[in-house]
Amino acid sequence: MSFEVARGSFFSILGPSGCGKTTLLRMIAGFTEPDAGDIVIGGRSMRGVAPNRRPVNMVFQHLALFPMMNVGENVAYGLTQRGVARAEIIRRVGQMLERVGLTGAQAKRVDQLSGGQKQRVAIARSLVLEPTLLLLDEPLGALDLKLREHMKIELKQLQAAFGTTFVYITHDQSEALVLSDQVAVMNRGGFEQLGSPQALYYEPKTPFVAGFVGANNRFAGRATAVDGGRVTLASDAGLVLHARASDRIAVGDAVEAFVRPEIASLARDEAELPADLPRYRGQVESLLFDGASSAVLLREAVSQSEIRIALPQTGRFADLRVGESVAFGFDPQRAVCFAAPA
Amino acid sequence: MTPDTRSAALQARLLLLLLLAPALLWLLGLIVLPHVELALLSLRSRVAPRVYEFSLRQFGTFFGEPLYWHTFVRTAVISIVATACTLLLAFPIAWTVAKLARGRQRALLFMLCMIPFWVSETVRTLGWTILLRESGVLPALLVWAGLTPAPPELLYHDATILVGLVYTSLLFMVVPLIGALDSLDDSLIEAAYNLGGSGPSILRRIVIPHAAPGIVAGCIVVFMLTLGNYLTPTLLGGKNSLWFTEQIYTQFITRFNWEQGAAFGFLLLILSTLIVWLGLKLSGQRFGDVMRRT
Repeated sequence: MSFEVARGSFFSILGPSGCGKTTLLRMIAGFTEPDAGDIVIGGRSMRGVAPNRRPVNMVFQHLALFPMMNVGENVAYGLTQRGVARAEIIRRVGQMLERVGLTGAQAKRVDQLSGGQKQRVAIARSLVLEPTLLLLDEPLGALDLKLREHMKIELKQLQAAFGTTFVYITHDQSEALVLSDQVAVMNRGGFEQLGSPQALYYEPKTPFVAGFVGANNRFAGRATAVDGGRVTLASDAGLVLHARASDRIAVGDAVEAFVRPEIASLARDEAELPADLPRYRGQVESLLFDGASSAVLLREAVSQSEIRIALPQTGRFADLRVGESVAFGFDPQRAVCFAAPA
Repeated sequence: MTPDTRSAALQARLLLLLLLAPALLWLLGLIVLPHVELALLSLRSRVAPRVYEFSLRQFGTFFGEPLYWHTFVRTAVISIVATACTLLLAFPIAWTVAKLARGRQRALLFMLCMIPFWVSETVRTLGWTILLRESGVLPALLVWAGLTPAPPELLYHDATILVGLVYTSLLFMVVPLIGALDSLDDSLIEAAYNLGGSGPSILRRIVIPHAAPGIVAGCIVVFMLTLGNYLTPTLLGGKNSLWFTEQIYTQFITRFNWEQGAAFGFLLLILSTLIVWLGLKLSGQRFGDVMRRT
């Protein structure tokens, strides 16, 4: 595994739990030594450099604020260790708390803070040391959904305001997509793909990325025809669909195709669908209402395969009922097909 | 409040009282009553056969006779030193068990601390005598190694008493310390390290403040056990151990002067209370917090 993080960027490492992302982060922080290879920060090799001597600070999963100290002492801790003069520490702590929106909170006890405020203290405590790199280990994991959404935006704004390089690890793909300039998708100790959130979403390079980033319908089968970049897949259940080939695929290969819920269009009458697209019919299995990201689960008429299709925001299908039969189709160019992993 | 909930509350109260009854009886019968009797004893003196009157003579004797208050101060000082030594020795042990050992290793280490306590205290202390007396194992080893020409007498020194007291108290310090250190989140230490903290500063600013209630709890228990210990100072210190509990024993058993013995007992109680109170004040801990950790 080899990668570079540009100075001042927001870099995320996204992966399921147990994929090794925390180990990677702990290596960067210096809590774990790599068996082989090197980590270079700002042009300096970090081999044999102790964690307290690295230009790296970390925001821990459960924040690890010091409960025996108040907010001011928490933020001042690193500066005190560096031997900065008292007056200077007081000035810089005040300034830092102001920048994270906690003006005058120095004397508060840690347990008097809300989840979001604790988060900001943890970030302030690290950023006051002006690190080259700030590591964040799933800091939003312990927050409830509403606060998490809010803190996501706040984190992005803080990063933009400070210009510090952030390396953020998470298993939540939405956090990674919303926050990052670059995302590395990690699985089983290695990187599957590294790219912008858009690239990961629209042009996944591996079946794992296609399945992990965003919602996707997965169909496994054999390639029955290959025409340039276009593959025809037939599933065991008898579903035939077309998709763009992501890598070299030969006729007869085992393949996997991924169709995003939002690329398929839905119609009550088949004639409403664009004439040049392959069309399918299906029965509404269940309605998955979720506000803006509502979807419908269909059972395709021929193969009985399940497929999830996003409902358009126009409210045209607001009266859709379970059991109703509808038509759907999608542009094969926007679906992607991979050779199945051996 | 409806009559129903009121009777339920009453029932819960009664149940609590019933559950506490054995402890309360024990406290009253074995601690409070004898102490009331001792207090009465210590404040009377015999003027004629079977005729007693109120007097502070026993307390006067204590302050008038240098040997008594000398022994008293000496016992307090050695107990404090023994407590400090026990803390210094127990801290690395507790740290190893709580933070470094995992699973089976942890259970094994804890067992190693426990095993000496399966043997009776008398036998354990006599074990030390076998090791340390002039014809014992350690002096023989010293001679064999050529460090001394003749076997030295290692018993009957203050240092020997100290070693014995620390050894006897170790477990009572290790247990509350393990509890205190166990509850310290490892990520706090990592965070401090990550923010540039060095080992000693992390110990001083993170570990000790967190473990303070456990440390104080262990110190109180060890100090009280040491101050009230009779066997170890007597066996390891011999005639010149000058331990205050020995004076109490002498007054009660040898001299048959119960009045004097009771006064000494009370003085020891006041002393231990005073030093524990002082320790709590100096460390800024509250008694309730500390007791919750023990």
